[in-house]
Amino acid sequence: MLYLRLDNVTLGYGKQVVLRHVSFQAGPGEILGIIGPNGSGKSTLIRGITRIIRPSYGDIFLDGSDLYSLSRQKLAQIVAVVPQNPTLPEAFTAFEVVLMGRTPHLGLLRYEAKRDLDIIKSAMEATHTLALAERRVGELSGGEKQRLTIARALAQEPKIILMDEPTANLDINYQIETLGLARQLSRNKELIVVITLHDLNLAAQYCDRLILLSNGTIYSQGIPQEVINARTIKDVYGAQVCVYPHPVNKLPATLVVSDKEKTARSK
Amino acid sequence: MALESIRSTAVQKRTGYPAQWRSRIFAISALAIILIITIVVTLGVGSTDIPFGTILQILLAKLSISNVQPTWAANMEVIVFDIRLPRLLLAGLVGAALAVAGTTYQGLFRNPLADPYLIGVAQGAALGAVIGFMLPVSWQLGSIPLLAFIGAVSAAAMVYSIARVGKTLPMTTLILAGVAIGAFLAAITSYLMIASGDRLQGIISWLLGSFSLTSWWQVAAVTPYILIGTLVIWLLARPLNVMQLDEEQAQQLGINVEQVKLILLGAATLITAAAVCFCGIIGFVGIIIPHAMRLIWGPDHRFLLPLATLAGAIFLILADTAARTMLAPTEVPIGVITALLGAPFFLYLLRQKKRAVF
Repeated sequence: MLYLRLDNVTLGYGKQVVLRHVSFQAGPGEILGIIGPNGSGKSTLIRGITRIIRPSYGDIFLDGSDLYSLSRQKLAQIVAVVPQNPTLPEAFTAFEVVLMGRTPHLGLLRYEAKRDLDIIKSAMEATHTLALAERRVGELSGGEKQRLTIARALAQEPKIILMDEPTANLDINYQIETLGLARQLSRNKELIVVITLHDLNLAAQYCDRLILLSNGTIYSQGIPQEVINARTIKDVYGAQVCVYPHPVNKLPATLVVSDKEKTARSK
Repeated sequence: MALESIRSTAVQKRTGYPAQWRSRIFAISALAIILIITIVVTLGVGSTDIPFGTILQILLAKLSISNVQPTWAANMEVIVFDIRLPRLLLAGLVGAALAVAGTTYQGLFRNPLADPYLIGVAQGAALGAVIGFMLPVSWQLGSIPLLAFIGAVSAAAMVYSIARVGKTLPMTTLILAGVAIGAFLAAITSYLMIASGDRLQGIISWLLGSFSLTSWWQVAAVTPYILIGTLVIWLLARPLNVMQLDEEQAQQLGINVEQVKLILLGAATLITAAAVCFCGIIGFVGIIIPHAMRLIWGPDHRFLLPLATLAGAIFLILADTAARTMLAPTEVPIGVITALLGAPFFLYLLRQKKRAVF
């Protein structure tokens, strides 16, 4: 069985260290959520797992083999990324952008076969982007582009999918739709899904396990009930919140408390 | 519009392939046929007009496809085969090379203003050629193109090694280093030109570009570079597409970005150097042709590169025909023609399709 394991990993840019001594493991069929304040290193972690930056300390293992023993192409056959704010070339059509997802599976001399086109079609169906296929990327909205990069990641047919804030540009319907798709992929296709999220409620609802990052290291990890409570949120984010069990499934639901309420209550 | 989209989805259902691919493949075949027609027709144009039939017969006889009894004057054969054909083929090769190199640079830099001369190749070639012109006249014939070639390649290599930071090559640094080295080399060239005395005329006409006095050995000398370089670039069309995202995404899609950059820059530089070393610095082709093709047939390099290759060849053959016939027997510098023909057409395209091209 494929798994992803980080062993005491330290990541940074040049001499500036962003993440220290990060260790965790994720297995097939699991959705792992990475939460934490702005600048806590969520995106850096994804860069580390995809070999954009090299750990200055520690190792990352895929299936027992060191990440750096694989070729870039092989790695892209296993790990796909849905980036946060991707630059997409405006003149390309939506179809052509999703087509790029097949790159790791095609050699220099191979053209896309019927099978590749079928994969692209189902990836675009799953993300509701098929109707956009012939539109130019420059004409698409932020949310449409985000769904397009999800389709591209699906076209890679990966074993591990890393999503960096996949819901940031989406309305509530597509947020549910996208995370529902992530859940479906992890359950039906046994993928490892790693998602960074700002929205603590979505994180609690959709992730099997959460890792809370704070000041460049792991503050706590575990099931949502263990990680999200008013004390940890106050500690890590410095924000005053109330956490209640969700009325439907008892998962932690985080409610913000406005300044007005706070002052009213203290009186 | 509506009808077109209905038809294109119908095509998509039948073959599974997008309709655009089909029209682009059709365009490539059409341009290939136009190229052949252009070559045969322009062979007949010039100070001596030679009928179309005679040209075909001469070509067939030369290629020993058919045993035609010569019904034409011997000098016609010399004009067609030894004077016009090599010149025409060199113009075609150079046009193709500059268009491919331009497409590659524009793709690598993700910048519509990039052209084959961006990283010092032209200035290096010019300096090399000018040094060649300073040599004794009897040495010049072979040494000018050789020095131009060496100048072009070493200027690009210098820019590359300055711009390199560790194992990576930031494209912005590359452009800036190219501009700086280019200006430096141009200054030396200008100085040498002032000091060149009566050789100035020859230098200036080389710098403006010309295909006059082309013979077969020149065609033979540049063909391998241009052929191999173009082939290498064509093979890397898909990685070049993926690199239109950004470097991080390209790496995450399995592209070895630094390696692909190095190979593409090397190949584009080599074919540009080969293109300019005999005929001088011909402007405009390398920036306009890629753009025009992108505007009409879209940015997918797998189609764009072959389209630009063919269109570049056709365009420069036509431009050179105009250059040698417009004010015959005086030759108009080909750079003047490329700008005169190309700029209005390009502006027309730009007005037609006001949308993103990258």
